[in-house]
Amino acid sequence: MAATKNSEEMSGLSDALAVIGAGLGALIGIYLAVFSADPVMKFHGALLGATAVLCALYVISSMAGKSTTERPFYHDGPIKFASVAAVFWGIAGFVVGAIIAWQLAFPALNFDLPWTSFGRLRPLHTSAVIFAFGGNALIATSFYVAQRTCQARLFGKWSPWFVVIGYNLFIVIAGTGYILGVTQSKEYAEPEWYADLWLTIVWVVYLIVFGGTLLKRKEPHIYVANWFYLSFILTVAMLHIVNNLAVPVSFTGTKSYALFSGVQDAMTQWWYGHNAVGFFLTAGFLGMMYYFIPKRAERPVYSYRLSIVHFWSLIFLYIWAGPHHLHYTALPDWAQTLGMTFSIILWMPSWGGMINGLMTLSGAWDKLRTDPVIRMMVVSVAFYGMSTFEGPLMSIKAVNSLSHYTDWTIGHVHSGALGWVGMISFGALYCLFPWLWNRRGLYSMRLVEWHFWISTIGILLYITAMWVSGILQGLMWRAYDELGFLKYSFVESVDAMHIPYIIRAGGGTLFVIGALMMAYNLWRTARGDEPVDAKNQPRVAAAPEIRATLAPAE
Amino acid sequence: MLSKHGVFERNAWLLSIGILIVVSIGGLVQIAPLFYLKSTIEKVEGMRPYSPLELKGRDIYIREGCYLCHSQMIRSLRDEVERYGHYSLAAESMYDHPFQWGSKRTGPDLARVGGKYSSDWHAAHMINPRSVVPESIMPGYPWLAERKVDADDIVEVLKTQAAVGVPYTDEMIANAKTDLAAQSDPDSDGAEDVATRYPKAVVQNFDGNPEEVTELDAMIAYLQMLGTLVDFTKYDASGPNLR
Repeated sequence: MAATKNSEEMSGLSDALAVIGAGLGALIGIYLAVFSADPVMKFHGALLGATAVLCALYVISSMAGKSTTERPFYHDGPIKFASVAAVFWGIAGFVVGAIIAWQLAFPALNFDLPWTSFGRLRPLHTSAVIFAFGGNALIATSFYVAQRTCQARLFGKWSPWFVVIGYNLFIVIAGTGYILGVTQSKEYAEPEWYADLWLTIVWVVYLIVFGGTLLKRKEPHIYVANWFYLSFILTVAMLHIVNNLAVPVSFTGTKSYALFSGVQDAMTQWWYGHNAVGFFLTAGFLGMMYYFIPKRAERPVYSYRLSIVHFWSLIFLYIWAGPHHLHYTALPDWAQTLGMTFSIILWMPSWGGMINGLMTLSGAWDKLRTDPVIRMMVVSVAFYGMSTFEGPLMSIKAVNSLSHYTDWTIGHVHSGALGWVGMISFGALYCLFPWLWNRRGLYSMRLVEWHFWISTIGILLYITAMWVSGILQGLMWRAYDELGFLKYSFVESVDAMHIPYIIRAGGGTLFVIGALMMAYNLWRTARGDEPVDAKNQPRVAAAPEIRATLAPAE
Repeated sequence: MLSKHGVFERNAWLLSIGILIVVSIGGLVQIAPLFYLKSTIEKVEGMRPYSPLELKGRDIYIREGCYLCHSQMIRSLRDEVERYGHYSLAAESMYDHPFQWGSKRTGPDLARVGGKYSSDWHAAHMINPRSVVPESIMPGYPWLAERKVDADDIVEVLKTQAAVGVPYTDEMIANAKTDLAAQSDPDSDGAEDVATRYPKAVVQNFDGNPEEVTELDAMIAYLQMLGTLVDFTKYDASGPNLR
């Protein structure tokens, strides 16, 4: 009895805190919307204000109506929200990526308008795929994995909702800002100071929800996937805060100037930039791999010892790799050499993760043939292995002198982003939708099969086109004629890129088509349509509650 | 030894602290010394803060995402030095908040583009790149010629730059507004003062439109000064600069 009373009081306190927080957000938002002289700040203030008012009304209305239904053990509402958001932003980000790829092949597609020109759309693409698609996929899976592996409900009543809604509000503010010309020009950290502050608040709450769930776990041990998620959340917080230190011109305006300049700013930016890759796109998604591959394959993780060794070495070494983005620049040589050395060493823990993921399939390799979802995740780990070999190679100064500033880098990033991050997320989403919406399986396994092949072909076209164009550019820039003069003018190298750029844009378009198939498939799954090929789906495709009712072998 | 790892797996606090220590080391070693090692930025003569119009141009350069296709960092490689000029020195970006070194050359490096082309060429090129370079894949920026540069906040902008460490003097801040207008109007009273306050600043009607100071004026003013401040006929790479 005392426990119930206590939890009711806590619930009342949560409601009060949520309303106060939303009220504060509404006040700040409305103040900016009314008093800012900057039209973009007015718009973003209005966005914040409107969202906060809606949230406050929702919380208040839920306080009035006492729910009588039994509360489920797990808190999956915010996870569903973030999963759907991941699909939505994924499509948006891939489409913008395809558009800017076509723009590079045919510049008329820039339309001579500010909000459709390459320079504004490119950050929109990178942020949409990394932070909107990837971020939502990470939040959704981390909340799912933490609850299931801790045997505990998510910490907090409204705070998980605050995390997903606040995070997506950040995405909208950042994205509309880019189109309207608001950027601080630090790659993958383009949002201006006020968006950064907002993200900091959201991120701290994310840490509290995730960490709080770990602290109240019923399992004695913290599962390996959660080590990776935790390191991702903690390190991204550190990187984000330090790299975005800036002084705003006015507290009601969008513009700010970075605190650091020149060399120090460059080093800080690439310490951030490379570890956005290392912790956002690697550690976080390794957390995903460590839950969804063993779960889907119904096998234990290959090696516990390897997990420990590669976890600590990966997070220790990654942080050092930033200076390989600055070889032969005005950054002091000692820093460049350190960056290169650690990048090469980093190859080992990266492959440790790959081996641990792939070898988890031991004894279950036949599932590659029968379950396209597993195949997607295994191919993703293979792409991870490939791009984490290519990365150390490109960080060697002699190689970098050719590859830097060229499309080779773009190709490298996309073998990691499309191959590893994209495919592992698709696999996780294909697992999650039936599990969250309590379905017998996916709407169509055949569509997954199509998605797999179309995106794999798309990725291969993309990265091979970029190898060709990147190496060609690098060689043309340094070519000398027999008299010792530079052989090519710059624009000749631009001209030579035309065909690879068309192939690349075609590959990207295939990837978009695959993602659209996924969106359709997941929508039909969530809607509750009967699977068209239920007999071809493994038992594990069904939601845990349904699995028990299915015959053990089909 | 690995059996001891259970300590971290059973205590979320310990695990968090362990992670924080492990991920802090690399950054501390690589970033912190750059702020106190004197050899990081070797002193050179000629560096000065951006003039108000150049700074506005730089803000537009950032707004339009130019850094995504153009680097401003000539590496110390033979072909780059022959193509673009003397390799970039750390001091040349010491007043760049934030830095604009870039990471990709879809277009050429711009670290020393100042003075290489006429302002008329730049104006035509910005409005329609293919009118002067047929193979170019750069977007056109015709709206820059149509928009008046936003000069209202220039005093606040300079004050903010001073707050983050750029040596703008009180005199520069006090005259920011007139300097901004005068730099694109060679016949105005303030034109000479701009060149005194900001040595080597190009004073010119950049976009060919004498009616108003446009964003195109600002952009070209910025491009025309890039890489021109240090006099490399007098610079001695092996001299006392090194230490």
